[in-house]
Amino acid sequence: MSLKKVSKTQPEFFNFTNENLKKVKIEINKYPKERKSSAVMALLFLVQNQNDNWIPLPAIKKVAEIISMPYIKVYEVATFYSMFNLTPVGKFFVQVCTTTPCMIRGSKKITDICKKYISQNQNELSNNKVCSWTEVECLGACVNAPMMQINQDYFEDLNENKTQEIVEKLLKGEFPDPGSATNRTSNAPEKNRTTLLEVKNA
Amino acid sequence: MLKDKDRIFQNLYNDFGWEIDKSLKRGDWTNTKSIILKGKEFIIKEIKESELRGRGGAGFPTGLKLSFAPKEVGSRPHYLVINADESEPGTCKDRDILRYEPQKLIEGCLLSSYAISANICYIYIRGEYFREGQRLQEAINQAYKKNYIGKNACDSGWDLDIYIHYGAGAYICGEETALLESIEGKKGQPRLKPPFPALVGLYGCPTIVNNVETVAVIPTILRRGAKWFASLGKPKNTGTKIFCISGNVNNPCNVEEEMGIPLKDLIEKHAGGVVGGWNNLQAVIPGGSSMPLLPKNICETITMDFDSLTKANSGLGTAGIVVINKNQDIIRCIARIARFYKHESCGQCTPCREGCGWMWRMLERMADGESTYKEIDLLYDVTKQIEGHTICAFGEGSSWPVQGLLRHFKKEIEQRSHEEPIINKKTNIPYLIDQHLLEKDNA
Repeated sequence: MSLKKVSKTQPEFFNFTNENLKKVKIEINKYPKERKSSAVMALLFLVQNQNDNWIPLPAIKKVAEIISMPYIKVYEVATFYSMFNLTPVGKFFVQVCTTTPCMIRGSKKITDICKKYISQNQNELSNNKVCSWTEVECLGACVNAPMMQINQDYFEDLNENKTQEIVEKLLKGEFPDPGSATNRTSNAPEKNRTTLLEVKNA
Repeated sequence: MLKDKDRIFQNLYNDFGWEIDKSLKRGDWTNTKSIILKGKEFIIKEIKESELRGRGGAGFPTGLKLSFAPKEVGSRPHYLVINADESEPGTCKDRDILRYEPQKLIEGCLLSSYAISANICYIYIRGEYFREGQRLQEAINQAYKKNYIGKNACDSGWDLDIYIHYGAGAYICGEETALLESIEGKKGQPRLKPPFPALVGLYGCPTIVNNVETVAVIPTILRRGAKWFASLGKPKNTGTKIFCISGNVNNPCNVEEEMGIPLKDLIEKHAGGVVGGWNNLQAVIPGGSSMPLLPKNICETITMDFDSLTKANSGLGTAGIVVINKNQDIIRCIARIARFYKHESCGQCTPCREGCGWMWRMLERMADGESTYKEIDLLYDVTKQIEGHTICAFGEGSSWPVQGLLRHFKKEIEQRSHEEPIINKKTNIPYLIDQHLLEKDNA
């Protein structure tokens, strides 16, 4: 269970763009007619995408209205799941995995770089308000540890230099190329691959 | 070592491309129609005979699970739900299936949906796997276009629609009833069982929940026969399994191997050995973070299958192997796992909600060398009071790694602990403070 702060400054209203309204319909249609509330998480993700990675309270109201759910139920969902941000996190949201498999491969170095270049504390916007960083629990790419996620993309097999490069790019407002820092394309061993060679060479 | 031709996931390393025409070349969807026409009983019987056990962690026999669904569809429709909420630290096998072998999963969805008489299948993917979800959606679209799924799928007369539902970063949604709650648009908090989802599941309808890997191997089993699958591995622990080897190894990798392969072989052969040599090995977590760790002497001989790991007081779990060498602080490693569980506890049952925080704070103190001898027994007592006193298996998952540490590395902790009470020196003992205050800066 994560603790969440709700932003003190909130916009007055929130509306989906026309393009997103179409997506809202697609999401709701995935579920049986009388089960509209199933789409609540998908809708909150749409809000987050439209609104620079965070969900303002008026948007929660809007979502509740669309799927005819009580406001508090949507609020409950938005606070329960850790991927929903209720405060501004910047255009680029850096999430560094620090759970044991990443920790023993040196995620501390990655967080140190974030501290140095982005902001001293987690969940704090950088000076130019473009990005923020946070430690998160296992992101499910343990074979490519240490790794981090920026918005929706994974950055894997990181080392200090590469992380610094990525962070510097972000602060300039550019999005770096996602993927492995050592150009691994899959989860095959980097050297001395032992399996599936017969099939590959056939 | 398993022969390459017996590996189910031929495209595990994306040598050939994930698109549907490429997977057709690898043999997916070849005689799906004729398998379906053999009937539901045939499919369930074959899977039972193959002795396939669920790959999501608990190792429940899959054939038996499929047979729990009501034989006839009553007033309520049946659902198939695929659990792709892979969040167990150390595990990243489902991600590769979603990225590189999506057609195997989709075909498995069709066959198992047919076996349990479901027309709708939801795939619950963790929110972080957004790109993998996009890839799967594309693969689903390609399958729709070829009419492999949809109305009259594969010309078999069975209708199937597959939808993707994204999670949003809650580990607990990997528990099947919490996952169903989450699909219904609620907080992911597990339900009391019974009733089991097979009778009262999603929207109160009969639902079967299966892991991605379990479903993805089903088409191959049905095509090559239960006997072939049962001939691999060990009795009661048959077939192949994707192992994820991470941590202090030279070449961390995912590899598909036979069940019952020696752990030492996996690490030395496939993962390039422990960093600093085999003698530098301290411990191995064999099945994702919730399984108790194994010290080096057990690692020498242990084989990787459900039963022999259970005998060694651990478990195969999701087969996410985390190798820890002697350069690491073992107490710190387990303390980090305890922090993971503290963060992910859903907060429904008191023993788990409070106990996970206690365990984390005590372990941090032990790692810092601030604990007393008395606390070691106290910690064990806490783990025992969480285990078995919660609605779901999270209680076991969070207390087992700590019990494993106490079982095998008690000496380490004792070396850092001391006799006199620390209270005289320092008044702000973290575990006496309200958790909220402790996290004020972190929130």
